[in-house]
Amino acid sequence: MAEIASWKVKTGLAEMLKGGVIMDVTTPEQAKIAEEAGACSVMALERVPADIRAAGGVARMADPTIIKKIMDAVTIPVMAKARIGHFVEAQILEALGADYIDESEVLTPADDLYHIDKNKFKVPFVCGARNLGEALRRIGEGAAMIRTKGEPGTGNVVEAVRHMRTVMAEIRRLTTMPKEELMTAAKEMAAPYDLVQYVAEHGKLPVVNFAAGGIATPADAALMMQLGCDGIFVGSGIFKSSNPAKRARAIVLATTHYNDPDMLAKLSEELGEAMPGLEISTIAPAERMQDRGW
Amino acid sequence: MKTIGVLAIQGAFREHRKTLEKLGVAVKEVRSREDLEGIHGLIIPGGESTAIGKQLEMNDFGGTITKMACQGFPVFGTCAGMILLSKRIDESNQYSLGLMDTLVKRNAFGRQIASFEADIPIKGLTGNDVRAVFIRAPYVLEAGPQVEILGEYAGKIVFVRQNNLLASAFHPELTDDSRVHQFFLDMVDQYQL
Repeated sequence: MAEIASWKVKTGLAEMLKGGVIMDVTTPEQAKIAEEAGACSVMALERVPADIRAAGGVARMADPTIIKKIMDAVTIPVMAKARIGHFVEAQILEALGADYIDESEVLTPADDLYHIDKNKFKVPFVCGARNLGEALRRIGEGAAMIRTKGEPGTGNVVEAVRHMRTVMAEIRRLTTMPKEELMTAAKEMAAPYDLVQYVAEHGKLPVVNFAAGGIATPADAALMMQLGCDGIFVGSGIFKSSNPAKRARAIVLATTHYNDPDMLAKLSEELGEAMPGLEISTIAPAERMQDRGW
Repeated sequence: MKTIGVLAIQGAFREHRKTLEKLGVAVKEVRSREDLEGIHGLIIPGGESTAIGKQLEMNDFGGTITKMACQGFPVFGTCAGMILLSKRIDESNQYSLGLMDTLVKRNAFGRQIASFEADIPIKGLTGNDVRAVFIRAPYVLEAGPQVEILGEYAGKIVFVRQNNLLASAFHPELTDDSRVHQFFLDMVDQYQL
């Protein structure tokens, strides 16, 4: 009689996260700071993206003890990252009871051709995308939530902006196309035809779309919201800043009140040092996380 | 024309808006205490009750809702909204509006992998059972004498009314069935007009 793991239940949790901020945390203490600041969810990690970038080498799923400790510390949903294509890491995260799995380009891909068959799982997945075709391919594989990729661990919002603008522009373009052009559009962006039809008809993705990758200030968060995303992921931006609790709170409030410049001005005051940023052109092409994903 | 406010701090406020507009009422998104003016009822959507509660604590926002509700202003809470309306929350000292004489248990059916949908009968609604979507949902452990139990699932209380207050553990805004919202609008008529 009761139906678990339905599409409605998987996409539904993402609907409940809308207008909120999902924060990367590496310890139960950080998770509590995030919850106290009003985060709607936390992403449990061993290292934040900036540190993964600095450390180099292979980045993998976090140690389950970290994830379990964080799940015990907070009552909000806990997400965790699996490597692209690493379906066994995803099986482990599902067994641990993670509320959402991020099949993430922040970790080193485990498969250079294929992503996880996300429809096989009871736990819902979120995936990154730089454009509409990539978003629809991931949804076709079963992702119940999308986030634009940006460039993780940089504190530089320019890539997040580029990806959000690209997705939005491509959605608008589909809505003005005559029906006979949709199949060729699907072919060109390598996206499932039924999902292209859905977007053309509804003018939006069939799932929630958050912004991620480089958001470091309340103004960054409000910028992404005004560009049309449904909510915000902040990775390194909070716990690599000088006053995480205050910055976390300000980013949460800026995400709710993204259209209120007076409020945003107040929220931007005296936050201390933001995380040190990285200019994108200084990152070697091979080090760019956004290019991971097929 | 009636205007219904939908608390738009965080969560599924757009879905409530859509359902209400389908029923022909004006909708106002409520993000601050000032936005509470000029509305005839308020919906507190699903979302994260701690995240929403943190902002209700500021600037007497929540306090104003509580005062209005004590004077008969209709409020409907879904999921996180049910938690925020409850006087008591099991194993938690988080913020609540403290309005309904209930003890609510959070994430009571389990984590996300236990989230589910099911058909449940609702007292006072005509027609088929309601398709109820439960997402990391709470339920009511104890309800005071003034609280009317309108819906149960597997022996757990999931839909309650106390005079001008209504609360569901499930998400009527996620389905096309608008009967639960109409039920609330009828309450608004009863209390406001």
